[in-house]
Amino acid sequence: MSSSLTLLGWLLALLQALLYLALAPLLVGWVRLVKARLQGRRGPSPLQPYRDLRKLFNKDTRVAHTASPLFIIAPYLVLVATWLAAATVPLLALELPTAVIADLIVLAGLLALGRVFLALAGMDVGTAFGGFGASREMLVSALAEPAMLMAAFTLAMTAHSTNLSSVMATHLAEGLVVRPSYLFAFAALVLVAIAETGRLPVDNPATHLELTMTHEAMLLEYSGRHLALMEWAAQLKLLLYAVLIANVFVPWGIATTLTLGALLLALVAILTKLVLLGAALGLAETLFAKLRLFRVPNLLNLALLLGLLGLLSHVILEVGA
Amino acid sequence: MIDEIHMKPFDWLSEYRERLDDEGRLVRDADHQGLTPARRLRLEAEDWGAAARIAAAMGLRHAGVFADPPDLAPPAQTSTLPDDEEPTITLRAVLEQQGDYLVLETQVPLALPELPSQTPWYPGLDRLERHAQDLVGVRFTDHPHPHRWTRHQAWREGRFPLRADFPLAGEDQRRTQADRDYPFEALTGDGVYQIPVGPVHAGIIEPGHFRFHAEGETVLQLEARLGYVHKGIERLAVGRDAVGLARLAGRISGDSTVAHTWAACQALERASGCEVPARALVLRGLLCERERVANHIGDIGAICNDVGMAFIHMQCARLREDWQRASQAHFGHRLLMDRIIPGGVAVDLDAAAVATLRAEHEAMRRAIAPIFAIVDELPSLADRLLTTGHLQTKDARTLGCTGYVAKASGLGFDLRRDAPYPPYDALAVEVPVQQEGDVAARVRMRMHEVRQSLNLMDELLRRLPDGPIAAELPAASAGAIGLGLVEGWRGEVLAFVRFRNDGRIARYFARDPSWFTWPALERLIHGNIVPDFPVCNKSVNASYSGQDL
Repeated sequence: MSSSLTLLGWLLALLQALLYLALAPLLVGWVRLVKARLQGRRGPSPLQPYRDLRKLFNKDTRVAHTASPLFIIAPYLVLVATWLAAATVPLLALELPTAVIADLIVLAGLLALGRVFLALAGMDVGTAFGGFGASREMLVSALAEPAMLMAAFTLAMTAHSTNLSSVMATHLAEGLVVRPSYLFAFAALVLVAIAETGRLPVDNPATHLELTMTHEAMLLEYSGRHLALMEWAAQLKLLLYAVLIANVFVPWGIATTLTLGALLLALVAILTKLVLLGAALGLAETLFAKLRLFRVPNLLNLALLLGLLGLLSHVILEVGA
Repeated sequence: MIDEIHMKPFDWLSEYRERLDDEGRLVRDADHQGLTPARRLRLEAEDWGAAARIAAAMGLRHAGVFADPPDLAPPAQTSTLPDDEEPTITLRAVLEQQGDYLVLETQVPLALPELPSQTPWYPGLDRLERHAQDLVGVRFTDHPHPHRWTRHQAWREGRFPLRADFPLAGEDQRRTQADRDYPFEALTGDGVYQIPVGPVHAGIIEPGHFRFHAEGETVLQLEARLGYVHKGIERLAVGRDAVGLARLAGRISGDSTVAHTWAACQALERASGCEVPARALVLRGLLCERERVANHIGDIGAICNDVGMAFIHMQCARLREDWQRASQAHFGHRLLMDRIIPGGVAVDLDAAAVATLRAEHEAMRRAIAPIFAIVDELPSLADRLLTTGHLQTKDARTLGCTGYVAKASGLGFDLRRDAPYPPYDALAVEVPVQQEGDVAARVRMRMHEVRQSLNLMDELLRRLPDGPIAAELPAASAGAIGLGLVEGWRGEVLAFVRFRNDGRIARYFARDPSWFTWPALERLIHGNIVPDFPVCNKSVNASYSGQDL
C-alpha cells in the first residue's frame, strides 16, 4: 500500500468516525419520527435531537455537591469510549488502516469500559435512583455481554477471525448464501442490541418515571454539557449497533475499494439500511409494551441460547461443507 | 322531599342500637332533617371507640369522620350557643351498609377535646383523624400514629387553623420551612434500603412524597406523605354563601370538579330544603358521567403509557381532548367547572345540542372499541398488568374503598345503584365487579364504566324533561346541616355543610374517596417490584389535592 493511499485511508477513517458523531442524533430523530407517526402524532422533526444537544451544550452545567471528580469526567470517558468503539465498526469502507483494531472483542471491551463509568457515575452522587439504575444496567449487561460474544464467535468461526473487516469481507466474498448460523447470530445480536441500547421492551427511552428507568436513571443528576455528552454517547451506541447489524449481516454496498464512486454508493447503501432498521425499531417499539424488569433476563437468556445455537449449527452444518 | 321516596328500611340499624345498648352505651336519636337519607345518632364521647368497634364487628363501612369546631365569629354575633354553655367541638362519623347511611355524632369540650380513636377498628380513618387533629385540635387518645399529617411547617404545633382564634391569612407570613422531621416508619434489615420519591415528580402530576423500603427490587413497605397541596379549603369555606361554597367545592380537585360541586350542592339543598328542578337533575347526571368518561379514558391511556405502550396513550389522549373540547362547546367549560350551582345547573341544552351529544356518544363508542380491544387482548400488556398490584378484598373492605378500586377487588358498592339519588333513581345502574383486584381488573373496570356511562348519558338525554334548570335556594335555618353523597368517578364523594345564623357557611367538609384509596395503594404495592409502582399508582389514581384539602 503506497503512502498516499495510507494517508487517504487514515483521512477516510477519520471522516468515518466523524460521520458516526454526526449521524447518531439523526438516527434517534428518525426512530422518534417513525414512532410518532405510528402513534398517530405528527412528531417533531428528525433534526430535533441536534437541537436538543445544542440546547444542552448552551445550558449551565450543574454538579451535585456530593459529586466526586469521577462524576465530571465520566461523560467525557463514556463518549470517547463509545466513539472509539463506533470507529472500529466499518461504516463506509473495509480495508481502512483502522481495520487492524476493528475487532469484535475490542468492541465489546470498549463498550464495557463506557458502561463501567456510566454505572459508577450513576452511583456517585448517592441518590437512590442512580443506584438502582446502575444496578439494573449491570444486570442487563452481565447477561447481554455473553450473548453478544456468542454471536461474535459464531461470526468469527465462519471468517476465521474476530476482525470485523474480515467478517464482512468473508460474507461479501461468499455472495448471497443463507447460513443458519448467521440467522441465529443475527437474532441474538438484535436482542442484545435492544437491551444494550435501552430500547423497548427492555427499557423505555421516552419515560419520565424515575422508578422504571434503567439508562435514564443513571443520568438524572446530569445537566447541561455533561448531559449532552451522555445523550450523544447513547445515540452513538444505537448507531453503532445498527451499523454493526446492517454491515455484518447485509454487507452489500460497503466500499471495498477507496474510489469516490464506491464510497458514495456505500454512503447511500448504509443510509438506506439505517432508514429501514430505524423504521423496524420504531415499529417494534410501538407494538410491544415494556417487559417487567425480571422478565428481561429471560429475553437475554434467549439471546445467549440463540448465540449458542448459532455456534452449534455452524459446527454441525457448515464446517467442512 | 324527593329523597324520602327512595328510603329503604335500615334493617341493620336496630341491631346496631341493640348492641350499643347491651354494652350500656348511651345513645340518643337525633333529628336527621338535612342529613336525609342518612339517620343520626348521638353518643357520649367516651363511647366513640366502642361505637366503631361494634360497627366494625357488624361489617359496616366507615365513610369518614370530621370535626366541627365552634363557629368562627360571624359578623353579627359571637356564638351560636348560650353564654353559659361550654363551647364544644362536634365530631361526626358516617357509617354505611346496604346503601343506608348513619351519622354518629358526639361532642367534646373545646377546653379538653379528647376522645377515643376509631382508627384501631377502621385503619382507613388514620389520616382523617389526624387531619381533624391538625386542623381542629381534637386529640384521639389511642390513635396508633398520633403524629401530624396535614400540618407540615406552615403553622405551629398547638395552633389549629379551623379554630376561631386563627387568622384567615395565616399566622406567619415568612417562607415556610422545609418539612424535615416527619417520622416515617423505619424498616431495618440486611440489604434493606430506602427510596425517597417526590414530592416533585418528573411527570405532570401533583406533588406527594413516597418513602419506599425495598430489598433489591422488591418493595417491602411504602409510606405516602401527602399534604403538599393543602389549600385550606375548609377554612376558606367559612363565611361563604351557598354560591361561593359551590365554586370552592369545584376547586378541591380539578378532575373531580363536577362530583365535588354536586355533593356540596346536594348538602346545601338538603340543609335548606331546596327542590331542584327535574331537568337540572338530569343535566347534573349528564355532567357527572361526562367527567367519568373523560377521566377514565385519560387514565386507561396513562396506565398503558406507564408500561411503555405509548400508542394507547396517544389515542386515549386524543379522545379525551376531543371530549373536553366538546364539553367546552356544549357546556362552556373543558372540565365542567361551575356548571352545577346551588339549586340547579348553570347551563342548558337545546334540542340541537342533544342531537349532537347523542352523535358524539355514538362516535366515542366506535372510537374506543378498537382501542379497548387492544388493551384487553395485547399479550405484552397483559403480561404487565395481570397480577400486578393486587388489592385483596379484605383490605379494600377494611379501608373503606369505593369506586373502581373497590369494584375491581370484589366490592360492588355504587351510590347510583345502592343509594340512588336523582336522576339515578329512575335508571338501572348495573354494578358488575371483578374479583382479581389487580391492575388489569382496575383497567377492565374503567373500560366497563366508560361504556356504561355512554349508555347512561343516552338514557339521560332520552329522559331530559322540560322545565327550569335552577330553583332559588331558600334561606337555611340557623345551624341547618346537610349531607351530600355523590358517586364521582373515583367513588363515593361526601360533603357536609352546616349553616351559620346569618345564612352563611359555618362548616364544610368534603371527603374525597382518595382518603381511602391512598392507604389501599400502600397495601397493594406490597411485594411488587419498584419499577411496577408507577403503573400501580396510576391504576388507583388517588387525588392528591382532593385529600390534602
